[in-house]
Amino acid sequence: MANSQRVGLTQARAAPIAGGTHRVAVGVRMTALSPWLFLAPALGLLALYLVYPALATLWFALHDRAGQDFVGAANFAWAFHDPGVRRALANNLLWLLVVPATSTALGLLAAALTERLRWGGAARTLILMPVAISFVGAAVVWRFVYDFRPEGAAQTGLLNALVVAFGGTPRAWIALPFWNSFFLMAIVIWVQTGFAMVILAAALRGIGKDTVEAARLDGANGLQIFAWIVVPQIRGTIAVVWIAITLAVLKVFDIVLAMTNGQWNTGVLANLMFDRMFRGGGHLGQGAVIALVLIGLVAPVVFWTLCRARGQGQGR
Amino acid sequence: MRGRAVDLAVALFVLICTLPVVGLFVTSFRDKDQIAASGWWTAFSPVEETRAFRLPDRGEETGVLLGATLTGSVLAGDGRVTGFGITPRAPVAFAPGEVARFSGGGTVTVSADGAFSVSDRSGHAGGRRIYYGARLSPRLTLGNYVTVLGAEGLGRSFLNSAAVAIPSTVIPAVIACFAAYALAWMRFPGRALLVSAVVVLMAVPLQMALIPLLTLYNSAGQAFGFEAKSYVGLWLAHTGFGLPLAIFILRNAMSALPGAMIEAARMDGAGDFVIFSRVVLPLTLPALAGFAVFQFIWTWNDLLVALVFLGPQDDTLVLTGRLLNLLGSHGGDWQLLAAGAFVSIAAPLCVFFALQRYLVRGLLAGVSR
Repeated sequence: MANSQRVGLTQARAAPIAGGTHRVAVGVRMTALSPWLFLAPALGLLALYLVYPALATLWFALHDRAGQDFVGAANFAWAFHDPGVRRALANNLLWLLVVPATSTALGLLAAALTERLRWGGAARTLILMPVAISFVGAAVVWRFVYDFRPEGAAQTGLLNALVVAFGGTPRAWIALPFWNSFFLMAIVIWVQTGFAMVILAAALRGIGKDTVEAARLDGANGLQIFAWIVVPQIRGTIAVVWIAITLAVLKVFDIVLAMTNGQWNTGVLANLMFDRMFRGGGHLGQGAVIALVLIGLVAPVVFWTLCRARGQGQGR
Repeated sequence: MRGRAVDLAVALFVLICTLPVVGLFVTSFRDKDQIAASGWWTAFSPVEETRAFRLPDRGEETGVLLGATLTGSVLAGDGRVTGFGITPRAPVAFAPGEVARFSGGGTVTVSADGAFSVSDRSGHAGGRRIYYGARLSPRLTLGNYVTVLGAEGLGRSFLNSAAVAIPSTVIPAVIACFAAYALAWMRFPGRALLVSAVVVLMAVPLQMALIPLLTLYNSAGQAFGFEAKSYVGLWLAHTGFGLPLAIFILRNAMSALPGAMIEAARMDGAGDFVIFSRVVLPLTLPALAGFAVFQFIWTWNDLLVALVFLGPQDDTLVLTGRLLNLLGSHGGDWQLLAAGAFVSIAAPLCVFFALQRYLVRGLLAGVSR
């Protein structure tokens, strides 16, 4: 990389002088050099583990199954026509519509409610707890909730037990076409709500008490104050939380793998990519194209974040 | 009145969030048969079970032979028999104390405390099956944990996960500290560009990186004669994937320090390394702890990266991978799945409850600004 070359050159030039009488010159040179010394390990690893793979993915996308012969846009044409890719893309979009919005809304609700309680801190800890649980662990937790026994047998899954208690028919929830995706989403919402709550609770603590007080004096009720005074003030934070959850949702993989392994039409892009790359001998080109589709979905979000970061950087 | 409503709403919220975990936790201590017979919410009350019992043959130890009468008990532990029968289709046709007649001759009766008596001159009844319904007292056991830690290999995997997660937390933290200092307090051309690049790299879906890196590992391993799948390779991969967030969090924390303080140290003749290690680093420790907690939980819980760079073979399988295998091979054995799940989430949960303050700080630093 350019950085390490530069470090190497400067060191070579500095070496004969060091120990000589040109102390000042060495000092100056060291100052110019030292940022790159501090940065070198990080830049090297970032280049190898993130930048190189991104470029390699572009290259693989234009090549065949084994990554050897150039095939032009054939893999892209495959992705465009393949029903599996379309299904996964549709599922991903459904996830993107449902999960960030629901998690953010529930997180905001939890933040606003716990703020008023004396035991709010303890409540927040418990609501945040799922963040620490692995997706595979969460899949076991929720498969037990969704567990299904034939009608008539004792339902040991919480959801079916509730359904039966209210006079309904027990169902195998994760095999129920279309709706099963929502039962998988519930798990991610369960994990992300705590995250949203923590960030939004901090934002709520930061808003001006005088604005709320003024609205109250004007006769606004609690709901009006929340909708018209509080929420507009934390709009930026809500957007950030929404974006962060959106990025997390695009990477969803473990949950689908552990819950259904993509069966019953629940597959998403990340799982499809994993399948194309590692199962049945693998097809590097097709896997890489799916990766590029994922990056295409991430790109606008990143662009927005970057613009926002730039704007704030100038403000400071 | 309104205060009550908020209390209630939050209580409901907390209940929905924790109940699934509590259910699995309770289940992990229950007996296999009882898990199938009743929901975990009844774990501490007696369980209604219908079971079969094979009457002893003459001369077997379990029955006491008194003339032509066999006696004994159908229950091994505590419990009360609520009914019994002699065919599987009508397992509780008779109330305790009633007398049932076998078709081939002989009678049997079971009393409520489980004692049975068979009178059988013809010798037909010995070895036959009878059925009974019973209210059995709850059986709670640590046996499930013993099984998963030993025979199912989760104990080994626990150590593997620790061997993955601890270095994968420490290495990026150290490397990011240096980079973050340079990006926060050193002047050099291209600094703003690098900061932006870090933000962009935070969003790269890491699944994309797996195949290129695996091919790279394989060819480098062949060229230089080392194993492509190793802990070192996995540590470095986790480091690479974790670095953008680490640099981002730490740079934000470092650049929030007062500039006058850094200037004063510089005036006193301190070089960058001294300023970094003596002034900036001690003040950034809370942010560093925040990242470390986040990264530890993330690497401990990771499945995909470990599966790709360490492989699925038995001696290096991490906890999440082992749990996934358990889901595949023992999909209905909830006593094992529950215990396995708790072994796998125990460490991150402990870290979470102990260092929650820092995790929250890390999360806040990761998204704000």
